[in-house]
This record gives sequence, structure tokens and C-alpha cells, in this order.
Amino acid sequence: MSTDHIVKSFDADLRKLDNIIAEMGGLAEIQLADAIDAMLKRDAEKAELVIEHDNRLDELETQLDERATELLALRQPMAEDLRAVICALKTSAVLERIGDYAKNIAKRTIALSQTAPIGPARTVARMGQLVQGMIKNVLDAYVSRDADKAEDVRHRDEEVDALHTSLFREVLTYMMEDPRFITSGTHLLFVAKNIERIGDHTTSIARNVYVLVNGVAPEEQRAKSDASSYTVVESPTKEGTAG
Amino acid sequence: METQETAATGAAAPAGFIADTAEDPKIRTRGCSVFYGDKQALFDVDLDIQENEVTALIGPSGCGKSTYLRCINRMNDTIDGCSVTGSIRLDGDEIIDKGVDVVLLRARVGMVFQKPNPFPKSIFENVAYGPRIHGLVSSKSELEGMVENSLKRAGLWEEVKDRLHQPGTGLSGGQQQRLCIARAIAVEPEVILMDEPCSALDPIATAKIEELIDELRENFTIVIVTHSMQQAARVSQKTAFFHLGNLIEHGDTNKVFTNPDNEKTQDYITGRFG
Repeated sequence: MSTDHIVKSFDADLRKLDNIIAEMGGLAEIQLADAIDAMLKRDAEKAELVIEHDNRLDELETQLDERATELLALRQPMAEDLRAVICALKTSAVLERIGDYAKNIAKRTIALSQTAPIGPARTVARMGQLVQGMIKNVLDAYVSRDADKAEDVRHRDEEVDALHTSLFREVLTYMMEDPRFITSGTHLLFVAKNIERIGDHTTSIARNVYVLVNGVAPEEQRAKSDASSYTVVESPTKEGTAG
Repeated sequence: METQETAATGAAAPAGFIADTAEDPKIRTRGCSVFYGDKQALFDVDLDIQENEVTALIGPSGCGKSTYLRCINRMNDTIDGCSVTGSIRLDGDEIIDKGVDVVLLRARVGMVFQKPNPFPKSIFENVAYGPRIHGLVSSKSELEGMVENSLKRAGLWEEVKDRLHQPGTGLSGGQQQRLCIARAIAVEPEVILMDEPCSALDPIATAKIEELIDELRENFTIVIVTHSMQQAARVSQKTAFFHLGNLIEHGDTNKVFTNPDNEKTQDYITGRFG
């Protein structure tokens, strides 16, 4: 933001929105990290904690909604200020959603911890770390109003999508080779899908930041490289020679 | 060939020049400057105002917006030591010219002021005065029809039809302002200038005037000076931002209030200076 408002409390109100978003972002990032860590360590107790902590995000979202509505009604912001409030509202909804995905990962971790360990869990964890980095960067971009950094996050989602596609294939193959992996494999696929969705949501925050800074939507469409929806892995028995 | 044309225009164009578009604006202002004695109040303004649109002029006090507004019907002539240079064309007719009949000009360009200023006469006479002196009517019944029609268009008829011969000054502030609008439109002007028409009114009366402005746009071109950014945003299609006598930015209202091009505009409308 260029200079301060004549009415100083207006600045304080806007800063408060940013602070809530930063806090929500930090929390979402931690929730995802903890959920992934719990999954890797097959730690059901830690997963329970993740589930428990999700309501903090919900509370903050409600708080932000109230603050933003109040600000709109009382200050009638214009231009950059208006965009800041809209961006905060949209972003908080997305961060809350990211929290829900992390919570779902934790729930599946509890199920996964009761089944045989499955190899691709490590690839899923790598995907999770990638997305976690994206969340961190997009929040930095948000707080520092850095459109270039936000654009960078949008492009990194392609990596996540590619990883998701290859992981999908890998897990299907595991399940085909050994039916004992079907339960864990299915849960793992959902975990991977959750992470992939978090990646998409993170890019939507990046888009919000771009609009906030520039006042217009980013031009080129982001390349979609998640092909998992179209992926087919042929059964080895059909192939006949596989083995 | 196109390059040559561009180069030719470019060479002749002074700074801040707006290319003349194929579609002629209702009011075309070029290089308009205003001086109060030695003091320059308006600097070389280029501005196109389109027909049947509401153009809002905004900016901090002393920015030149009212000065510009008053150029359009030569109200600055009434101020001693004030001189206006440059060109303002109304449908192609130059109005910054000693030879212009200002009485006729002011019939084409009506004005509504900040404070409602009805004549100390009856409601009927307030509206009838203009058409009568401009000889727009030939019979009493025609005059009555015109008064009724003007009051209806100003959204005041229902409230005053039973007391047309009571003094206009007995109405409420909002009603008085609508009476002034009825008086302005009775002479069938093309343009209506409004100088902070709602600043003395309560929110309900303000809303009525704003609704009226939106309806009047169908038949008139409206230029409004307002200190309320929200009002400018609500009523206008185009917004022009003035600062220290310069026109800083002019464009679609929705663009100016969501994503202005100029940093000064942004600072002003977001309340960072003014």
C-alpha cells in the first residue's frame, strides 16, 4: 500500500485483515505439514490433533468475514482498498478449505496407520512438501503484494499436477499387483487428490494476489497438467507377458 | 500510410491532446484554462463529455472542478477578473467566445446549485418563469402542460399538484432541489450542470435526486460536481478527477473506482490525501 490513509484507523482495519490472513495461512501450512508427517510416521495420535486443530481455521474465517463486512459497511473502500477486502474474503474461504483437505488427510492417515505400509506414501509426502512450499510463498506474495512471486506459485502447480498423475499410476499398479494394498492404496489416492486440490486452491490465492496488485486478472491460462482423470493402467493379466 | 497519419497528428498535437474521435461528444473541451486575475485555476483541460451520460467531476476543494463546470455555461463571466481561454464546443458550437449569446447558451445548458434556490414565488411560477421568458409557449394551457410535465419529470408532481400556488420556499430542502431541477428542465436544455446538488440534503432526499439523475440521463447530458465519492460512483458513467487545476484522469466510472490508472486518483478516492 502506497501511503497511509488520512483516517489512520482505516489502515489499522486493513492491516488487521492481512494479519488474520497471515495467521490463517500459517495455520493451514502447519496443518498440512502435520497431516503429511503423521501419514509418513503412521502416527494416528498426531492425526487426531490435526483434526482437532481445524476449528481454529474455521474460527479465524468467521472472524475475517465479520471484520471484512464491517469494513465494507463502515469505510466503503475504493480501488486498491476495495480489492484488498475482496481478496481477503476470497482468500480466507480458500484457506479454510485447505484446512478441510488437511483434516481429511489426517482422517485417512488414521485408516492408513491400521493397514500395511505402502511404498508410494513417500511420493505423496514429497507432493505434500511441494504444496506446503507453495502455500508459504503465496502468503509471502500476499503480505508483500508481490505479483511476480504469486505468478511463480501459479506455475509451480504444474509440478504438483505432474507428480499427481505419475503417483496415480504408481498406486494403481501397486493395487493390481497385490490386492492387500487396495485399502491403503485407495486411501493414499484420496490423500494425493487432497494435496493436488490444495495445490489448485493455492494457485487460486496466487490469482487473487495478482488481481489485488494489478487490478486485472492474469492474462494467460495456466497449463493444466493433471492427467490423472484420464489415466488408465492396463491389468497385467490382460497384457499376458507382464511380470 | 497509417504511420504517416499518426506521425502527422503526433507532430501537431500538444501535450495531453485527445484525438478527435469519429463519434462527436456532446461537449468537447480542448486546452481550456481559467485565470482569476493572475492566478491560474485551471490548466489546459482536454475533456470529452458524451451525450446522455452522467459525468462526475471529483477532486479536493480548489482542484478546479467547479471552475470547469462553470465554464460550460459561462457562469465564470459573472466573476470580475476571470478569463477563460481554449475551446469548449457544445455540439460543435464554440461557447468560449465573446460573441456568444449567454442567455441562449444558458437555456441550452441549465444549472442546479448546491443550495436549493427557488425564486420567492409560487411553485407554479418557479417552473413557468423560464418557458415564459424564452417564449417557449404560446398559450396558458400550453404553459400549464409544460409546468406539469416538468414537475412530473422532476418527480415532484404528486407531492405538489394540490398546492401549485403556494410559495416554492415553503417546500422541504429535497423538494426545493427537485423544484430547481424542474425549473431547469422546463426550458428543455440539452445539458444540465449540477454543482453538489445533494450536499445540503438528507440521505432520503439525496436518494431521490440520484434516482432522478439516472432517469434524466435518457433525455439530457448531465455533468455533476460532487464531494461524495460514493455519489459519483452511484450516479455517473464517466468520472473525471481534477487536482490542483489539472485534469488527472478521466474514464469509465467503474474503472476509476476499482482500478484507476493514476496514483493520485487512487490516493484521493481511497482517502489518502485531499
